[in-house]
Amino acid sequence: MSVFSGIGARLGALFNVGGKGPWGGRGSGGSGSGGGSGNGGGDGGGPKNPWSQPPRRRPGGGGNNRPTALDDLLNRGKSRWGGGGGGRPDLPQFGGRPIWFWAIIVAILLWLFFTSFHLIGPQERGVLTRFGSYQGTYQPGAKFSFPWPIDRVQVVDVENIRTIDIGGTGEDSENRVLTGDQNIVDLAYQVRWNIKEPQNYLFQISDPETTIREVAESAMRAAVARVTLDEAIGSGRSEIEQRVQLLMQELLDGYGAGVLVQGVAIEEADPPAAVEEAFREVSAAQQTAQTYLNDARAYAQQLTARAQGEAAAFTRVYEEYRLAPEVTRRRMYYETMERILAETDITIVEADGGVTPYLPLPEIQRRSRRSQPTPAEGETP
Amino acid sequence: MSIAGRVARNPIGYGILAVVLLFLVFSSVSVVKETDQAVVVRFGDPQRIINRYEPGEGFGNTAGLMFHWPFVDRVVWIDRRIQNVEMERQQVLSTDQLRLQVDAFARYRIVDPLQMYISAGTEERVSEALRPILASSLRNELGRRPVAALLSPERGEVMDNIQQSLNLAARQYGAEIVDVRIKRADLPEGQPLESAYERMRSARRQEALTIRAQGAKQAQIIRAEADAEAAATYAEAFGADPDFYDFYRAMESYRTTFGIDRDDPNQGEASIVMSPQNEYLRQFRGQR
Repeated sequence: MSVFSGIGARLGALFNVGGKGPWGGRGSGGSGSGGGSGNGGGDGGGPKNPWSQPPRRRPGGGGNNRPTALDDLLNRGKSRWGGGGGGRPDLPQFGGRPIWFWAIIVAILLWLFFTSFHLIGPQERGVLTRFGSYQGTYQPGAKFSFPWPIDRVQVVDVENIRTIDIGGTGEDSENRVLTGDQNIVDLAYQVRWNIKEPQNYLFQISDPETTIREVAESAMRAAVARVTLDEAIGSGRSEIEQRVQLLMQELLDGYGAGVLVQGVAIEEADPPAAVEEAFREVSAAQQTAQTYLNDARAYAQQLTARAQGEAAAFTRVYEEYRLAPEVTRRRMYYETMERILAETDITIVEADGGVTPYLPLPEIQRRSRRSQPTPAEGETP
Repeated sequence: MSIAGRVARNPIGYGILAVVLLFLVFSSVSVVKETDQAVVVRFGDPQRIINRYEPGEGFGNTAGLMFHWPFVDRVVWIDRRIQNVEMERQQVLSTDQLRLQVDAFARYRIVDPLQMYISAGTEERVSEALRPILASSLRNELGRRPVAALLSPERGEVMDNIQQSLNLAARQYGAEIVDVRIKRADLPEGQPLESAYERMRSARRQEALTIRAQGAKQAQIIRAEADAEAAATYAEAFGADPDFYDFYRAMESYRTTFGIDRDDPNQGEASIVMSPQNEYLRQFRGQR
C-alpha cells in the first residue's frame, strides 16, 4: 500500500502542476492555492489561457479590486454550478466545463492508473487474468495491463514462508496420535510452506489453508502409525518429519495446489499427560540402575586396589624376608609383640606355682572403661 | 449537429437509452473466471458448458468473456476448484472389537457440471450427499479389518477401496473424488482411552522394573568379578610362600586385634594374662 500512497502523492503533484495550466491564473493572480483555484486572480497579466473564465462572470470582477477568498469562493461556486448567472444554454463549450467533468476525468485517470499499473515486489508474482481467463504470471518489476474490468492482476507473495501449527504445546491441549504399536503420543508440530505456482494456488484449490492443514494431519498420522511409541518420542523424529514432508508434497502436487512444503517440525512429541507418571518412573528406574552400577563399580575399585596394595606390600616384604628368613621373622615377631604389649596390661601368672589364679574380670573391665574418659582417676585403686 | 448536441437537447431520452443499452450488455456478457465453470440454461434447458474442467489442461484456454441471450439464458456457476467434504466424526468398530473415532475427509472436483446441475444444483448439496456415503463406506471398510490394519501401510489399500465406492456415488453428481484420507483415528474418550492408558502405564512399569533388576544384576556381577580378581591377586602374591604368609598375616592380625592398628579408639583395651612359658618370655625366663 505504501507504494500506492507514494504514487498517489506523486500523482497529486502532477495534477497540481497541471492545475495551473487549465485553470489559468498564472502565479501573480494570487489566491490560487493548490488544485487550481486561481480563478479570481485574472488580472490580465497572465498569458491568455484557453480555459480561463470569461471576464463577464462578475461585474467589476477584474482589475485591481482584489476579491477576498470568500468572495472568490462564492463567485466560483456561482459561476460553476449556476452556469455563471448569465448562463449559456449550450454547455459543451470550451470555457465553462463544470467541476463534475473534471472530477470524472480525475477519477478515470486514477482508475486507469491504479488498475493498469502494477508494481510487483521481488518476493511477489502477479497473476494476470483477462476477463477471468489466465494470461500469464508477472515477474517482479513494474508492469502494465489493461485497466480493471478487462485485466486483473492478483499479486501473490511467493517467498513468504507461512506456518501452520497443529496441536498446541500447552498443558491442556492434547493432539493424540496413535502409533504403530497402538500407543498414544501427544504431538505438536508446525508446517512451513510457501506458494510455488501462484496460478495453481489461486485456481485449483478452494481453500488452500484448510487443505494444507488437513493434508498435514493426515500425513502426520500416517507417518506416526508406522513407528513405535519409543521412536516417535525419541530417535525417529527427524525421520517422521521428512516422511511427512514428502507425503504432503506428493498429495498437494496430486491436487495441483501449487504449494511447496518447506518443512515439518515436530515441536513436541510426548506421552499423554495421563501416563506421564509411568514414563517418569522409567527414567527414575534408569537412574536407580545406574546408581547400582556406580556403587558396584566403586566397591570393585576399592576391593581391587586394596588387594593389589596388600599383595604388593606382602611381595615386597617377602623379598626381604627371603634374604634372611630367620632373623626377619624374629624381628617382625618381637616388633609386633612389643607394640602390642606396650599398650596392654600384662599379667604374668606362674602356672605351676600353686597359686590359684584369680582373674578379676569385672575389675579389669571397669578399669579399662574408666581409663578412657578420666585417665587420672585410673591410678587410685 | 454533433452527437453531444443531440444528447444535450434530449438528455432524458438518451439517458434512458444508455441505461437500457448498459443493462443489455451486462445481462448478455458474463466473465467466466478460471475458478468457475458455467452452465448456460435457457428456460431451464441446459444449452452449453463453458470452461469445463479437463484433466491435465492448463489455464487460459476456455475461461474469459462469454455471450448469451439476455433474459432467456441463465448462467449457473459451478466451482471448478477442488472441493472439500469433511465427514463428521464416526465411531468405527473393528473386527477385533476395538472402537475408534475416525475423522476423514474427501476431496472432489465437479468434472461434469451439467450432471451436477441436474442432480444436485449446488456444491453444498453435493457435499451433503457425499458426506453420509463417505461415512458409511468408511465404516464398512474399517469394520472388516483389525485396528492394526488401520495403522499399517495397508491403510493405503483401505483408502483406495473407500475412494472407489465413494467415486461410484460421486459420479451421479458429476463429481470425481480426488482423494480420501483419514485425518484422525483416535480411541474414544472414557473407557477405551483409559484402558489404553493403563496398558501403556503397565508397559512402562514393566520396563522400569526390568531396568532396575538388570541394574541390580549387573551390579552383582561387577562385585563378584571384583571379589574374584582380588582373590586371584592375593593368591598369586601369597602363594609364593604360604608359611611366611601365615606368619605375616598373623602379625598383622595381632596388631589389629590387640589395639594398635585399631580404627575405633572407643573399643575396650586388651588385658593379657601370660604364662611364663610363653614364647615371648623365652628370654625373660633366662634361658633355663
